[in-house]
Amino acid sequence: MNLGEWLPRLWEESLTTIYMVGISTLFTVILGLPLGVLLTLSDENGLTPRPVLNRILSFIVNLARSLPFIILLVVLIPFTRKLVGTSIGPTATIVPLTIAAVPFFARVVESTLREVPRGLIEAAQSMGSSVWQTVSKVLVPESLPGLILGIALTLISLVGYSAMAGAVGGGGLGDLAIRYGYQRYETEVMFVTVILLLVLVQGVQLLGDRLAAKISKK
Amino acid sequence: MIKIENVSKSFIDKKSAVHALHDVSLEVGKGQIYGVVGKSGAGKSTLIRCVNRLEVPDQGRIWVDGEEITALDADSLRKARQKIGMIFQQFNLLGQRTSSENIAYPLEIAGIPKPERDARVKELLNLVGLENKADAYPAQLSGGQKQRVGIARALANHPKVLLSDEATSALDPATTDSILELLADLNRKLGLTILLITHQMEVVKKVCDHVAILENGYLVESGSILELIGDPLSHLSKAFFPPIQEELLDPLATQAAITFLGKAADEPILASMMRKFEVEVNFLGGNIQQIGKYRVGQLQVEFKGPETKEALTYLEDKGLRVEVRK
Repeated sequence: MNLGEWLPRLWEESLTTIYMVGISTLFTVILGLPLGVLLTLSDENGLTPRPVLNRILSFIVNLARSLPFIILLVVLIPFTRKLVGTSIGPTATIVPLTIAAVPFFARVVESTLREVPRGLIEAAQSMGSSVWQTVSKVLVPESLPGLILGIALTLISLVGYSAMAGAVGGGGLGDLAIRYGYQRYETEVMFVTVILLLVLVQGVQLLGDRLAAKISKK
Repeated sequence: MIKIENVSKSFIDKKSAVHALHDVSLEVGKGQIYGVVGKSGAGKSTLIRCVNRLEVPDQGRIWVDGEEITALDADSLRKARQKIGMIFQQFNLLGQRTSSENIAYPLEIAGIPKPERDARVKELLNLVGLENKADAYPAQLSGGQKQRVGIARALANHPKVLLSDEATSALDPATTDSILELLADLNRKLGLTILLITHQMEVVKKVCDHVAILENGYLVESGSILELIGDPLSHLSKAFFPPIQEELLDPLATQAAITFLGKAADEPILASMMRKFEVEVNFLGGNIQQIGKYRVGQLQVEFKGPETKEALTYLEDKGLRVEVRK
């Protein structure tokens, strides 16, 4: 088969992957950032210790993270169907991708926020900051470079997950690789897909590194 | 301005309890620069952190500017803290904000509108001499410059009280001096009351007018520097004028420490004493120090002769503090 005929298809599936991963990351940040902040604040050494809440959140996060993604994908089918009306296709894949990435990203947020020096938080308190002001003006802005790297890390994991989601009809590059490259022995397609995924991952990492370095004033 | 009454604080950890403060009371008057000195672990950091309730005392009460800090609810405490500036050993500046933005932080917290904020930040940068570092990030500043930003930030909301938690301990001697000068200057210009803690006697000597000494969580001494230094038995006096070692002393003579304060230091009292009385004087040691605004001298002297008692009385009559050691 001529690779030239594949190019439009490759392009289209690349866009699908970017769409799935991009939207999932967006939702992951929206949901995972507050969850990570909550984990940090409720910690026994946190700004507002809530040991019970912290243990419950921590348990849920660990539970979600211990499930292999492929199983999560299947388990979530009824939920996905209820939420977006279908369990097949790129849009439906966003649901399990987000749910898999939120706990991961929340832990990344937690460990990043923990690196903000205790003294900075005390200085903020000594100036009369509320908890919300301390979070929005100190904790998050001070750890922004780390958070950006965390988002890049999450994006990369999601690229991997999205390839897996392709196996159950999610679409995107992974789907292409498995259906044509693996099942129909079109080795070139497999090869090109792998290259594209590699480029995507490298690109995200490079962009993340550059952005974090640019933002960091330390 | 700051009143600390019977404050105790312990830290209980799984293995042991540490009693950081035992029934400490002290009062800082308006416009004073009050130094709390002690070795590390003496409880001074805990004490100053109790004043703005970064640490909650187990017992006792604290007032700042008439407001009982230890009785405030969370909301009122935040309001009160906006009027209590604090500076730190590690500066604690926000690394992602410029000097200006750091100084603007407490103003944002207090809900001051942007135009006023900008004007105030400019004023403060001028006050601490950093007009040309407005847009520099902390990583681009020297230690002394960082502490100047810290001071400007602490003063942003016009506090009446400034708490200084080892503010010069991370700085070299020359920079320490310039920061202390700035603090003394602010104290004069703004009538700012300063409570500072330090392990450096030099800091007390340079800027404080009052001092308290903490040892293992106990307040062993407090009061005005002038009074304490005039008392040769005080911890403070001993820190500045270490007593002569026993083995050097003549067992037949009378040893005394003579302290000169202020004017007495400038008059030739000893010379006239030696003319008037039949007494032999042997100088063992002595020095004169500038302590805050005061010149203070102390001589360690041995007296021998029939009129020793009369000579000592004469010195006391002339306004010198005489402490007979034997």
